[in-house]
Amino acid sequence: MLVIKDLKVSIEGGEILKGVSLEVNAGEVHAIMGPNGSGKSTLAAVLAGRDLYEVDSGTISYMGEDLLEKSPEERAKEGLFLGFQYPIEIPGVSMVNFMKTAINEMRKHRGEEPLSASEFLKKMRQKKELVEIDSSLTNRSVNEGFSGGEKKKNEIFQMAMLEPKLAVLDETDSGLDIDALKVVARGVNNLRSSENAIIVITHYQRLLDYIVPDYVHVLYKGRIVRSGGKELALLLEEKGYEWIRQEELNL
Amino acid sequence: MSTITKNMSLRDQFLNLYRDRAGDISANSAPLLNNYRDGALARLEDLGFPVKGSEEYRYADIESVFKNDLQKDFGDIRVTFNIREIFHCDVPDLDTNLLLLVNGRYYNGSELIRKLPGGIIAGSLAQAAKDYPEIVEKHYGRYAGASDDGLVALNTAFAQDGIFIYVPERVKSEKPIQVVNIMISDNDLMAQHRNLFIAEDGAEAKIVVCDHSLSAHRFLTNSVNEVFTGKGAQINLTRIQNEHNGSSQITHSYSHQEAGSNLTASIISLHGGFIRNNIFVTLNGEHAENHSMGLYLSDKGQYIDNFVHIDHASPNCFSNQLFKGVLDDYASGSFNGRILVRRDAQKTNAYQSNNNILLTDDAKMYSRPQLEIYADDVKCSHGSTMGRLDDNALFYLRSRGIDKREARLMLMFAFAHEVIQNIKVKALQERIDDLVNKRLRGELSRCNNCAMKCG
Ligand SMILES: Nc1ncnc2c1ncn2[C@@H]1O[C@H](COP(=O)(O)OP(=O)(O)O)[C@@H](O)[C@H]1O
Ligand SMILES: [Mg+2]
Repeated sequence: MLVIKDLKVSIEGGEILKGVSLEVNAGEVHAIMGPNGSGKSTLAAVLAGRDLYEVDSGTISYMGEDLLEKSPEERAKEGLFLGFQYPIEIPGVSMVNFMKTAINEMRKHRGEEPLSASEFLKKMRQKKELVEIDSSLTNRSVNEGFSGGEKKKNEIFQMAMLEPKLAVLDETDSGLDIDALKVVARGVNNLRSSENAIIVITHYQRLLDYIVPDYVHVLYKGRIVRSGGKELALLLEEKGYEWIRQEELNL
Repeated sequence: MSTITKNMSLRDQFLNLYRDRAGDISANSAPLLNNYRDGALARLEDLGFPVKGSEEYRYADIESVFKNDLQKDFGDIRVTFNIREIFHCDVPDLDTNLLLLVNGRYYNGSELIRKLPGGIIAGSLAQAAKDYPEIVEKHYGRYAGASDDGLVALNTAFAQDGIFIYVPERVKSEKPIQVVNIMISDNDLMAQHRNLFIAEDGAEAKIVVCDHSLSAHRFLTNSVNEVFTGKGAQINLTRIQNEHNGSSQITHSYSHQEAGSNLTASIISLHGGFIRNNIFVTLNGEHAENHSMGLYLSDKGQYIDNFVHIDHASPNCFSNQLFKGVLDDYASGSFNGRILVRRDAQKTNAYQSNNNILLTDDAKMYSRPQLEIYADDVKCSHGSTMGRLDDNALFYLRSRGIDKREARLMLMFAFAHEVIQNIKVKALQERIDDLVNKRLRGELSRCNNCAMKCG
């Protein structure tokens, strides 16, 4: 589904990703872990098409096509979803209008009719229940005045509404209490199927108790320095990122 | 028809024009209005025309607006048009009392004054000056008269008619009163109308003014609006400017507010080649509240200029200015917001903000707050921003599959809506939302219907 080959990315001349390769197939859940500043968000943003970053070399293919050629909206319409580490507040744009526009643009892309008002509202209701998001939040402007936890839940809500093929969740777990964490996990597990894939970027192993990954990768200073099964996350938890640092020094 | 001799200053041209046409001007107006002409001419002679670069007209080039040889209609020109064809207002959700102004003159076959429920009087100002001289006399020229702007004197000297609205004490006008101001002609034309809106103590009025141009000629309007808001009265006044880009419009609004009154006035500038709005408000009694708002959407070579002056002449008053605009292409504009707090206007609350989105490098906007505060117990703030659309917000929307164009429109609309949501007449708010949406999408150009059902 997603094949990243030797991806090098820089911003304002500073190299952030220094040759990242990763393959994600349908049905798989991958976790990307790593200390702050290692380039996790950069990778996520490049996947979603943020033009702030310069792709210096390497390729990304998504569903057999060159992802880097596509605009952010094309990527989204083809089923890519980014859960933002820091969701943006957009005063004046209502959640309802936002979601309705997004869903109908995607339906249009697939050659489907727009959802009727009642179909849309029904869908909203179902997904709101799934992520236990307060009804009043969806009556407000996008993320405006939402608490940190509410913003994260709102990302999962949007993911549930848009039903992506490949979801990239950038630290959706950070700053959440255990109940909110479970909600996020429920949203993700609900999406999980043999046709979808999920990349969970996280700082902590905690989330992985609820979303059990098939693969775990450690991103360190712009490189994937280690890949393994879910036990790698436990090892990291036990030994800390300092351990990676030492290992790297020994090499 | 006027003949312009070169090398003559604008002021002298108009003084001569008046001399030539004094007879027609007076004959097609009312004695009460005529009484003010000589004084105004003397004032015009004194003040001259505003000069670009002066304190009040820093960026607005008034001279260039007047440079074209425009026909003036003093009541002797017949324009042929079919009012039914160009104008059919069947607004389903905005039920209004409609008044029509064509080239500065009240348009109606038979009745020049309409009597609405509750004793509300609406119609031709010239006729009102004949039928109700005591009311008109009490207010005409009282608020604009002291102006040191030569253009106000020019208007007073030449204006023959306009709209008169009178809401008696404690009467609430149920329906909004809608004034549709149309420019239509077989030639390039200049018009100068004069409006007088009066809400007596405790009265409530909702007034909508829509400016349109309906033929492809150069138009110039220099209009003066005087608004009186009596004790505890409430006026909600919205002006929608939607003339074509060959039009120039200069509006002067002088509002006088008594104690406990509330005036909420919004100017929505959708189209127009050159627009200058002078907005003067005097808060003359305690606990008066003023909201002055503006929204401008400019592109191509449009020029938009809002000049606001709020005079806190009494203690315990509140004023808020909110002006927002989006400028595209090589459009330019200016916002000047002055707050004057007089020495005994203690416990004043006065706020001002001007936010602009410049979509291109060539679009230009000048923003200037001017605070003159002579009282010591005052809460004042002002803020001005110039920016692009928020890239982060744009990316967020696009990352959910919303096309760039649509995402930009959503952000611009959200930006504009902050002004619109303050227009408290619900049905009107929805109509303006719709108009602004169409304007941003480029679906609203010249409009052959009244603004309330554009597009
Ligand atoms: N917009 C930016 N401008 C400059 N440097 C940036 C920007 N975004 C990220 N960086 C730098 O890139 C590195 C990786 O950041 P990021 O991808 O956010 O890491 P992570 O998500 O793993 O914490 C950091 O050193 C950070 O300072
Ligand atoms: Mg990050």
